[in-house]
Amino acid sequence: MVATTDVSASLRETGSATAAHKGWEVNLLAAGELQVRLFGQWVLASGARSAAELSGRLGETPRPTKISFDAREVGAWDNVLIDFLSKLETIAAERSIAVDLSGLPGGAQRLVALARAVPERTGARRTQQRPDLLTRVGRNSLSFFAMTADFVAFLGEALIGIGRMLVGRARLRRSDLMLAIEDCGPHALAIVALISFLVGLILAFVGAVQLQQFGAAIFVANLVGIAMVREMGAMMTAILMSGRTGAAFAANLGTMQVSDEVSALQTLGIPPMEFLVVPRIVALSLMMPLLTVFANIVGMLGGLLIGTSMLDISAIAYYNQTTGAVGINDWAVGLVKAVLFGAVVAIVGCWRGMRCRRSAAAVGAVATSAVVLCIVLIIVIDATATVICTTLKI
Amino acid sequence: MLSDPRSNAAREPHIVVEDLTMAYGDFVIQHDLNFTINKGDIFIVMGGSGCGKSTLLRHLVGLQAPARGRVLFSGESLWDAEPERRDAILRKTGVTYQAGGLWSSMTLAENVALPLEQYTDLKPAEIADLASLNLALVGLAGFEDYFPSEISGGMQKRAGLARAMALSPEVLLFDEPSAGLDPISSRLLDDLILELRDSLGATIVMVTHELPSIFAVGDNSVFLDPETKTQIACGAPKRLLAECPDAKVQRFLRRGETPTTAKEPQ
Repeated sequence: MVATTDVSASLRETGSATAAHKGWEVNLLAAGELQVRLFGQWVLASGARSAAELSGRLGETPRPTKISFDAREVGAWDNVLIDFLSKLETIAAERSIAVDLSGLPGGAQRLVALARAVPERTGARRTQQRPDLLTRVGRNSLSFFAMTADFVAFLGEALIGIGRMLVGRARLRRSDLMLAIEDCGPHALAIVALISFLVGLILAFVGAVQLQQFGAAIFVANLVGIAMVREMGAMMTAILMSGRTGAAFAANLGTMQVSDEVSALQTLGIPPMEFLVVPRIVALSLMMPLLTVFANIVGMLGGLLIGTSMLDISAIAYYNQTTGAVGINDWAVGLVKAVLFGAVVAIVGCWRGMRCRRSAAAVGAVATSAVVLCIVLIIVIDATATVICTTLKI
Repeated sequence: MLSDPRSNAAREPHIVVEDLTMAYGDFVIQHDLNFTINKGDIFIVMGGSGCGKSTLLRHLVGLQAPARGRVLFSGESLWDAEPERRDAILRKTGVTYQAGGLWSSMTLAENVALPLEQYTDLKPAEIADLASLNLALVGLAGFEDYFPSEISGGMQKRAGLARAMALSPEVLLFDEPSAGLDPISSRLLDDLILELRDSLGATIVMVTHELPSIFAVGDNSVFLDPETKTQIACGAPKRLLAECPDAKVQRFLRRGETPTTAKEPQ
């Protein structure tokens, strides 16, 4: 959209030879008329032109009463010219000097008018002030409490929804539940297997080095078995699922918010809580203990590999030692935590997703905050559970 | 002398589409398209839903390569050019997308300023001034610090236009500019597009099926048919309405009413 006038190249060269950087000069005509002669290129590639210097000339005495233009020597022009002209117009208006645009290219005249056509809406402009430290600390604390309250409310709604599902009154599709179960369960098997095998391996390695010093290598089986079943199986699976599934829930529901899918459910009278959130929570809470059992067994296999290859323990001896060491209490503690972790990951993921603001950036933000919050909560819950179990000698 | 930029460039071909076939894999969207877009014209791409209008636009702005045929910008083939050269050609085009396509994590001023920051040597203050000017040109003065999600759909469309104009492109392409706008906003947007074309002398390509817009602003047009998968009419929309013998084109331009005779008396 670079408009070119009929000025020959040679004329443009001579015209802009001395003051090419400025592109204008002023002549004082008779009767207080200030003529601005424009020449040269007025395009983005040649840089912006400042109107500040010219505004100085407008303040000189005798003060001009009218500004006119001579743009016969202007080459190509674009918004750079329009920017210069509208600034000049603003300055002139402040000093009540008339501006005669008739010497300008027709397109430029119309664009200057267009930039003025819609006046700035009053109150639209924002005055950005960075609040001081105290204000920000206060705001963040208040928003933390508000978020906690909101989370508790969401948790309550989710529990009511689960209750309605249990009595068969929730509006949800069995197929959605099955899809969610498939996604949280079978599809996660491979990655859970890999990670828990490696965790079992690491535990056995670390234990073997220490226990060998006391000739108690066989106790590697106890170490790996109890650590996997009570702590690591549930926790590693939960951390994996918060990255894999919690973030997916948040991003999925967040995108549904952005594209009005959640609103569409609401207007149909289908509570999004029952239709979208409950199946996800139920699916992950059901699948987490199963995944954890799987993770525990695979983890012990990792320990077995080290035991047989490094410590010369026979597989049978390792098995017997493990079954003797890991009791029903240990399994119960691990599985209760697994259900809890599954519910936490699903609830936090869905909560962040349902509270997503309506933009692409917000979807990314809720996915991130879902993962971070899930992992923090998992570790905190695990630590609390360990303290409780130790105190009660479970 | 100072003259209307359009008269300088009148009837000079700007974009030429030659034997263009568009396909996703083996699935042909449209085949053998041939038409010329003249400098300073407002060119309309029309046709029913799903006929490949937006896909055609994606071919014109370099987002998708043709299965066969060429797209020429001022005689230079877009897809045969080296990647750097293609970028240079495309930098002279500005596009607005159906859903606005504004970057949601940036304010309107930042949206408009990004092309200027990337492709000019201007100082930050000058860029801010030009961004404000572009927003003022589309009637959004004072909305510099708003995020796209905080303004209405019509304002988003206009902000998208301001961004498309930032680098003073020679070609502006619009994908459904007035979709989702009320009739008055849609009319104002048409007026704005006409005003910008007349002032800047830019070539404008519009994908639309809004009949009032088509007749109000269109200098020339091509009609894509989803059934035969090729163009079935080409010419000024008003002339097509008066003269085109094709029943499909007539039904489209008359909102489904079949004319009693193919050619109505004027």
